[in-house]
Amino acid sequence: MLRGFGADAVPVRRERELAEIDGLVIPGGESSVMDKLSKTFGLRDALRKAIADGLPVYGTCAGLILLSTKILDGIEGQESFGGIDIDVRRNAFGSQTDSFEVDLDVPAIGDPPLHAVFIRAPVVERVGPEVSALATLNDGRVVAVEQGNLLGTSFHPEMTEDHRFHEYFLERVRANR
Amino acid sequence: MATTEKSSTELGTSRVKRGLAEMLKGGVIMDVVTADQAKIAEDAGAVAVMALERVPADIRSQGGVARMSDPDLIDGIIEAVSIPVMAKARIGHFVEAQILEALKVDYIDESEVLSPADYSNHIDKWNFTVPFVCGATNLGEALRRITEGAAMIRSKGEAGTGDVSEATKHIRTILGEINALTSKTKDELYVAAKELQAPYELVAEVAETGKLPVVLFTAGGVATPADAALMMQLGADGVFVGSGIFKSGNPAERAAAIVKATSFYDDPAVLADVSRGLGEAMVGINVSDLPAPHRLSERGW
Repeated sequence: MLRGFGADAVPVRRERELAEIDGLVIPGGESSVMDKLSKTFGLRDALRKAIADGLPVYGTCAGLILLSTKILDGIEGQESFGGIDIDVRRNAFGSQTDSFEVDLDVPAIGDPPLHAVFIRAPVVERVGPEVSALATLNDGRVVAVEQGNLLGTSFHPEMTEDHRFHEYFLERVRANR
Repeated sequence: MATTEKSSTELGTSRVKRGLAEMLKGGVIMDVVTADQAKIAEDAGAVAVMALERVPADIRSQGGVARMSDPDLIDGIIEAVSIPVMAKARIGHFVEAQILEALKVDYIDESEVLSPADYSNHIDKWNFTVPFVCGATNLGEALRRITEGAAMIRSKGEAGTGDVSEATKHIRTILGEINALTSKTKDELYVAAKELQAPYELVAEVAETGKLPVVLFTAGGVATPADAALMMQLGADGVFVGSGIFKSGNPAERAAAIVKATSFYDDPAVLADVSRGLGEAMVGINVSDLPAPHRLSERGW
């Protein structure tokens, strides 16, 4: 999808692949497994350092969990990469039958409202002073955040035809090169 | 409080159902029969667990009618882990599926591993909020299941054997038939739809995109890290492992090794490394030694 906006996209599973990129998307998936594999294959420390050095990173769903400073309801021993000063609760809405779609007002990307897909999604339960909340649900729960070059959403813009969040991220990547 | 939601909330849409399977891509889903096994699977890096009463190898050796698991067992497994929990219903048994939905499992497998409840009809899966995965041995079967509402397909293989040959055959068949479709002209697709016994619109969509509209995992007979990597190199989106883990000598290590092999399926150095010292694999039965009535993959139509 990022290729549609003139960017190259490559998969990153190893430390050496991390050295070749200008920005990283951490997609949805099972955050506990991503944590485990990143430790086993030596990606985690390199990624932490890259984040600290200002690498633009966009995390969706599991990616948001991995960018948080603290995971609530993680599995035993589960850790995050950190970067965004937030606490994130894993799987905050219930089982798959509670997964949902809704249109959200997101002032940072303007009109029209963004169609957001939540799949066993996390929510942000604490927002640090340096962090901006970009979108909330009606009950006030935060589902999109940014801090510096880091962006995170509970939902999956890649599952819709509306790619404004990815364009928003690419602008940041280009500005950072 | 400001209203930030600009539409009503929709549950159980195709996008949400197919989306969860998308999130499991590149991962391993493991059969478990107890909460303890579910914990071992989660700790080893499973992306989801499949709760059932007996693994396929035991269903095969003990015989009898195999049914949906006891709700207490499923509740115990849901309680024990935070990754998605799937559970099996018999082919065509829509009441077992209703019960599993009420138990709030994350996915239902309408599975040939259990004894079929209906030899003509599968479950009408559009009636449910919970998504379904179904088995298929060829493209026509996969497309019929998707037409009935399946949000994920797994090639069947021959469950409970530890013999990967059927899994290889089924994934090759499905992907080969998709390839063949993409080279057909538009006027040939009408006959293709007739031969596949699947709706024309779906056949035309697959011919256009070159892939199924849902995630395609593989299953049935995967017992080693190399087996899992073989499935991934053949083009599967991920792997189900049934008896292969908890019927082996060292389940925790084998499970972790299969997870790594599935993720680094194209890196022989990693595969060699994770294949070391795993102890005994499940004993296994050669599919060619199974008399036809005992072949589970022939169930479903």
